[in-house]
Amino acid sequence: MTFERDARTALADGQLRGALRQATTLFGERRRAALATVPDWEGARDRARAIKDETLEHLDRYLEEFAANAERAGACVHWARDAAAACDIIGGIAERRGARTVVKSKSMASEEIHLNAALARRGIEAVETDLGEYIVQLAGETPSHIVVPAIHKTKAQIAALFADKLGIAPSDDVATLAAAARDALRRRFAEADLGISGVNFAVAETGTILILENEGNARMTTSLPHTHVALMGIEKVIPRFADLDVFLQLLPRSGTGQVLTAYQSLITGTKRRAEDEGPEELHIVLLDNGRSRMLASRVTRQALACIRCGACLNACPVYRQIGGHAYGSVYPGPIGAVLSPQLFGLARSAALPYASSLCGACRDVCPVKIDIPALLLHLRAQVVAEGVAVGKGHLRERLAFWIYTAVMVRPRLFAWLMRAVRSLRIMPPLGAWTKWRDLRPLAPRSFREQWRAGLRDQRGPDA
Amino acid sequence: MRVSLFVTCLADQLWPSAAVGAVDVLRRLGCAVEFDERQTCCGQPAFNTGYRPAARALARRLIEIFEASAADAIVSPSGSCTAMVHHYDQLFDDARWRERAQGVAERTHELSSFLVHQLGVEDVGASFSGRLTWHDACHGLRDLGIRDEPRRLLRHVQGAQLVELPPPGAETCCGFGGTFSVKYPEISVAMLDEKVDAIERAGVDAVVSGDASCLMQIAGRLSRRGSTVRALHLAEVLASRP
Repeated sequence: MTFERDARTALADGQLRGALRQATTLFGERRRAALATVPDWEGARDRARAIKDETLEHLDRYLEEFAANAERAGACVHWARDAAAACDIIGGIAERRGARTVVKSKSMASEEIHLNAALARRGIEAVETDLGEYIVQLAGETPSHIVVPAIHKTKAQIAALFADKLGIAPSDDVATLAAAARDALRRRFAEADLGISGVNFAVAETGTILILENEGNARMTTSLPHTHVALMGIEKVIPRFADLDVFLQLLPRSGTGQVLTAYQSLITGTKRRAEDEGPEELHIVLLDNGRSRMLASRVTRQALACIRCGACLNACPVYRQIGGHAYGSVYPGPIGAVLSPQLFGLARSAALPYASSLCGACRDVCPVKIDIPALLLHLRAQVVAEGVAVGKGHLRERLAFWIYTAVMVRPRLFAWLMRAVRSLRIMPPLGAWTKWRDLRPLAPRSFREQWRAGLRDQRGPDA
Repeated sequence: MRVSLFVTCLADQLWPSAAVGAVDVLRRLGCAVEFDERQTCCGQPAFNTGYRPAARALARRLIEIFEASAADAIVSPSGSCTAMVHHYDQLFDDARWRERAQGVAERTHELSSFLVHQLGVEDVGASFSGRLTWHDACHGLRDLGIRDEPRRLLRHVQGAQLVELPPPGAETCCGFGGTFSVKYPEISVAMLDEKVDAIERAGVDAVVSGDASCLMQIAGRLSRRGSTVRALHLAEVLASRP
């Protein structure tokens, strides 16, 4: 029910819808232009998916290989079964460092485990340093997009927010706003005792993690503080260093329409010499949190191939109307509607698989060819089979489908019933339809009636 | 060629002129058309809402009905229902039923694709005076890969001028989505309004599509907004004569 209510609120928000339309359209156009620079886009998608499938098939082996190689390079690897375990591990590291302030670069996994709140409970302040995340944090909100956290905000809203929170003169000049954020964040970087980042890819054969970004904040987060904690879902591992080639073609193009992000940080262990960049202490936290459960199902496993590019959000006509917050999950949009019920429980997210017209635009743009509509259908069947209630209408829906089936397996009953409805001019009680749309009346005579009345025996001119 | 018409329950009851038009065009091109009156619904509403056992029961029926036909092809004035038949095999664990489902799916074609690829015809001898725009129904477009076929057919209609929809474009969903349109009517209509805005901006006499479901959605909003633009099924346009 919250989805329905929150979607309605979003639809009534003109600023939100304007911001969404502009941004998703722009990202869609940039993406299309960027694809054109890859000679064999389809082939790249197939190769990437094959690598992901191979990895997921032997995920245990690749994770162990990654952990061993990362530790050999000086990292300390932690295994977290769920959100609470991950928060404990990271909170413990921060406390041992005596950290009061931690800087964070973008990490959806940290949003997933609600890390900032867990750190706050230990008296540790987490400062988001990605500009979009920083905006969202200043506003006391959550990201509404997995790549563009503040996509729901207009420039004017951000200007007002900065004037209020940073005490700058109101300005809607982008350079001025960015400079104000940079100024505020530089001071936080200087005082931070710990840097926390996400991970885009983790290479098993070398123990390397790769972080892509555009602002340089992830580079600073991972190299300026003494200790770096990298948090990653266990599905982020790939077998070989050479596999990065295809993913680096796909991810920036799909996500932001860039041929390559401004920064690519490849981190293998801790720094070896004093003059090198990088952390003196590196912790890598491998997060399960429901992923191995998804791995166990042949059908849902493919959702773990997701590289979090966000292209399906930008392409989704539902997301484009309502934005991310209505989904009530850190992972919104089509892929969120697939991931959330599996990671956080079907009963909590039973509305989400239905939050799609099944148009398939998400499947078309997915760089790793995840069949999102098929997964949504699979989850819908699970919602029905497990009797997880969807709103107050679910009993009515069950009854309606029972009657529908009983009628549709009896063609004579079907024909008779429709004739009766037609001659008695019965209008179905479809308020949800007719409040906004006229209902097309049944035709005076159905096709089958016309067929019987002579259409069957007519002959075409050439036949 | 012998053709068995897969009419679909929506076209049968709500948009029979599409089915009559399909019969007319097929006969004009020399096909002998059959219609098995035992067919009702393909089961897509149940499948798409998560009621798999119901969908399976209806799939079995339709498979049996079309297996009994000796027709060379099964043709439907709906990309969506054709796509459903193409998905039938996913409903069965039993290998024999999967095979039977695939056998029927192989013979089942959406109308425009059948005309262009099986009959090799692009000019069906139709005549329609006016400016038209095409709306791609999602399942025809993305599940069956039908993009050029209806456009090629419409470009050969005498007197008709085909224009592409301005943004968000012909390929963006109209917001119908079956039960989605009544589960989340506000979102559905928000999507629909962008489509209808584009249709009105295109300055056309009619919007044409290959699925009665999208047409029902689009026509319902055009009518509510007092628009004079008509919503027509491809088969209705192709059946028009001077």
